Amino acid sequence: MQFDPFVIPFNIGLYFIVLYAVGRSVIWFRELSRADKLRLQRGFFGPAFAMSLKEIFMESLIHRKILKTNWRLGYMHMSLAFGWFLLIFFGTVEADVFGTKHLNAPYKAIFFRFFNPEHGRSGFEAAYGFLMDLILAFILSGLLLAVLKRFWSPAVGVKKTTKLGVSDKIALTSLWLIFPSRLIAESFTCGAYETGSFLTGSLGSFLASFLPTQEMAYPFWWLYSLSLGTFFILLPVTRYMHIPAEIFLIFMRNAGIRTGDRESSYSEVEVHSCSSCGICIDTCQLNYSAGINTIQSAYLMKGIRRNEDVKDIAENCLMCGRCDQACPVGIELYPIRMMERRRKSADHEYRNLYKGYLRSRFPLTPEKDNETPSYSYLAEESPEKADVLYFAGCMTHLTPSIKNSMVEILNASGLDYKFIDEKGGACCGRPLMLAGQDREARELINFNSQMIWKSGASMLVTSCPICYKVFRESYHLDVEVLHHSQFIKRLIDKEAISLKFLQKNVVYHSPCDLGRGSGVYEEPKEILKYVSRLEKSRYEDAESLCCGGSLGNLKLSSEQRRKIATDAANELTASCPDILATACPLCKKTFSSATSVKVSDISEIVAEALTKTSVPKYNALKALSKPEMANV
Amino acid sequence: MSKNVIVIGGGAAGIEAAGQLAMAGYPVIIIEKGQEIGGHLLDWYHLFPDRRNSVEVVSYLNDIAENRNISILKNRQTEKIERNKGNFHLRTSAGDEIEAGAIVVATGFDLFRSEKKEEYGYGIYDNVITSADLEKMFRAGDILLKNGKAPSKIGLVHCVGSRDEKSGNLYCSKLCCVTAVKQAIELREKLPSSKVFCFYMDMRMGGAHYEELYLEAQEKHAVSFIRGKVSEVGVAHNGSLVIKAEDTLAGRPIRIELDMLVLMAGMEMSEGGRKISSDLHLSTGSNRFFSSIDNHYGSNLSNENGVFYAGTCTAPMSIPETISHARAAATEVIRYMKNTGK
Repeated sequence: MQFDPFVIPFNIGLYFIVLYAVGRSVIWFRELSRADKLRLQRGFFGPAFAMSLKEIFMESLIHRKILKTNWRLGYMHMSLAFGWFLLIFFGTVEADVFGTKHLNAPYKAIFFRFFNPEHGRSGFEAAYGFLMDLILAFILSGLLLAVLKRFWSPAVGVKKTTKLGVSDKIALTSLWLIFPSRLIAESFTCGAYETGSFLTGSLGSFLASFLPTQEMAYPFWWLYSLSLGTFFILLPVTRYMHIPAEIFLIFMRNAGIRTGDRESSYSEVEVHSCSSCGICIDTCQLNYSAGINTIQSAYLMKGIRRNEDVKDIAENCLMCGRCDQACPVGIELYPIRMMERRRKSADHEYRNLYKGYLRSRFPLTPEKDNETPSYSYLAEESPEKADVLYFAGCMTHLTPSIKNSMVEILNASGLDYKFIDEKGGACCGRPLMLAGQDREARELINFNSQMIWKSGASMLVTSCPICYKVFRESYHLDVEVLHHSQFIKRLIDKEAISLKFLQKNVVYHSPCDLGRGSGVYEEPKEILKYVSRLEKSRYEDAESLCCGGSLGNLKLSSEQRRKIATDAANELTASCPDILATACPLCKKTFSSATSVKVSDISEIVAEALTKTSVPKYNALKALSKPEMANV
Repeated sequence: MSKNVIVIGGGAAGIEAAGQLAMAGYPVIIIEKGQEIGGHLLDWYHLFPDRRNSVEVVSYLNDIAENRNISILKNRQTEKIERNKGNFHLRTSAGDEIEAGAIVVATGFDLFRSEKKEEYGYGIYDNVITSADLEKMFRAGDILLKNGKAPSKIGLVHCVGSRDEKSGNLYCSKLCCVTAVKQAIELREKLPSSKVFCFYMDMRMGGAHYEELYLEAQEKHAVSFIRGKVSEVGVAHNGSLVIKAEDTLAGRPIRIELDMLVLMAGMEMSEGGRKISSDLHLSTGSNRFFSSIDNHYGSNLSNENGVFYAGTCTAPMSIPETISHARAAATEVIRYMKNTGK
């Protein structure tokens, strides 16, 4: 027996998905920028290729990162992905070794038992059959978890599972049907021929005891083939597209391609690589503090895939970056959300050509630049020459004790400094950028840049991580930009200020834009260890919480913000420290009204610890020079 | 069943309610956390709108307290309140044990802690003070800056901790506007060469004779009223305060240098009231004040039988409103005691 009509649905689905994957990959490749194309080509013939293969094995099949975060969810993903891979692999080998011919068409391997019902009688064949049953049992155990998760998510340690659309539901049903229908079809066949191992054999004999197995098997083989075919055809328009997309993503990432700030086929692949595992939902403070569970990154990815209007989703986010760090697929969620916020000023857009199957890029006519700058009324400042510039920022002006502390510290260092926005300056531009208004922000950036250039300074110190991030990333300055925690750390290292030890227990809250946003984790903690007893919290470094005051969210109500702030403050002050320390004026302001524990910026703590001992000015000058760095 | 009534709080509301109950023959025990009765009135100089000296009202309260049915336990706070078969059993921080048939909660209000609005610089800059601090200065007789000089330019900021979503207080404290007008006039009288500016969102002059006082401030005392919120306060090199605000009528941002800034702190549910609300399971509203079971005809009634409210523990109120509310509370208590056979 070489062919039977029931294999047709499977074959249609299989050839469709193979052709689609090839076509899609070609389109993605063509849409890459020239540089990225070269990167990918070079990555293909180098060590990056081996790295990618390893990563595909570890992440796409084993799901190592999900296992590390949540072993039950990880097991579910692993048993389905790795199990299915093993089933295909050993199935193909089985068909090649035991089949009538070698190099069979794929359907021969998938429906091996239908075409070789007598197989499995000899010892070796039975052992192989045992292996195949074991793999099937492995998959079915994961499937059981998946079904449980859908109806009762705490079973796999997930608080909230993703909500599904219609096509997702059909695809999900067909996926769920694949393995049980294979089990039943094989069991019936085995029951009829008295073959099969512990799973198919036992179930087969049991069914054979009261059912006409020969007749019952055939419809289940049809069901098996149909569910496979349906699943393959629906795959491109459902979240299961993440299976092929993630492989492509791993190759691209290992070749050195990054998201950047413009939509590209890389971000397109990232969007399709999201498996909606839901880890981003559980890490999101909007979910567990404010009860908002429709805007998490998994939903954003889904909305973008379907070409829905995701403006509200994109804007209702603290931009704290916690999900970005937690994503097991390594999708750069933060820049993708920023792209959606900038949608209005994009120079192209993606449109669906046929349902969800093809998305293609269309150019947009750019809006004309406004001739007169909006901030022309700002007085042109020409600051005096100074070595160090201090830019407090708007938020620091609203928390004047930080500003005063910094002035004390700068005075104590004896450095020649200039407080550039002492009388109030222009905004750094980041709030506008977070709202997706880059063009408007650019005007502020130009205004501030000119002032900084004219001063001839070699160092710019800012108290606000929001300003710090934008000065580093979006300004093109030839000065060294430091957050005040880095600056103070350097003053301490060079003995430019002298500090006494404060007998206080301190917990440090790492601000989003300083920590996850700019990678500054160590300096604030080292300063605090120097002047106080620093305690650990449950939320260190990349896992730190958001205070809830974020400028990034354009939708949140004050009440929801307060809830997030109170929850976060309670978590951080669980050990009843004397001071909750932070390094951001906005975090300080938000936490101050959310807890009875004293909240201080790191600069206030340092100013309190300052002693009157005079230090030679020479020491401070040493702090001006950049620390030795490798050539970058 | 005990005929005693406990009144928690010896301010205007507590004393007035106690006086009415004592006259009706009920023994009343007042628990007061301070050394004197009179509450916030003790710290206030003149009262709006007629600018009567608050001492007169305090002495009215002291006269009431002379009633022999009233005993006052000063320097004490409630430690524990329990219900015991229709009676209340209360223990104070000094260890007194009191049985009573009813409780009048007259815990009043706390002033909003202005240091929470760090951008206004209270506790950071020397010459940023609150309306309560200014009253103390009036009492002491001299309005002076930290350096001992008299201020020549003074600003008054309305709505500090009121009508402010970020502070968590959405409600209007309703008395700060008229207090600011009264204080502005008094400042102009004490320092005739000074300039006084009021930064307001809306002028809420709802009480009797308030509007007249507002007109007087503008016409007779040349107080400048600027419609707009102060955004931040800094300090200039010469030590004067730099105020950034928006003049919403002129539609432009303004910067102004002042010698002194007075913050019109709003009214909040008191700390003591919060403790009692959790001890006795009394319900509070979204503004955190006690919420009565009926807003129209039962504003003295709590969700617990035998517990009554008097005065500003339910909402911001002026002195005359507080006195009326306290009398009404006494009426409710008497009705309750009669109905329960006490």
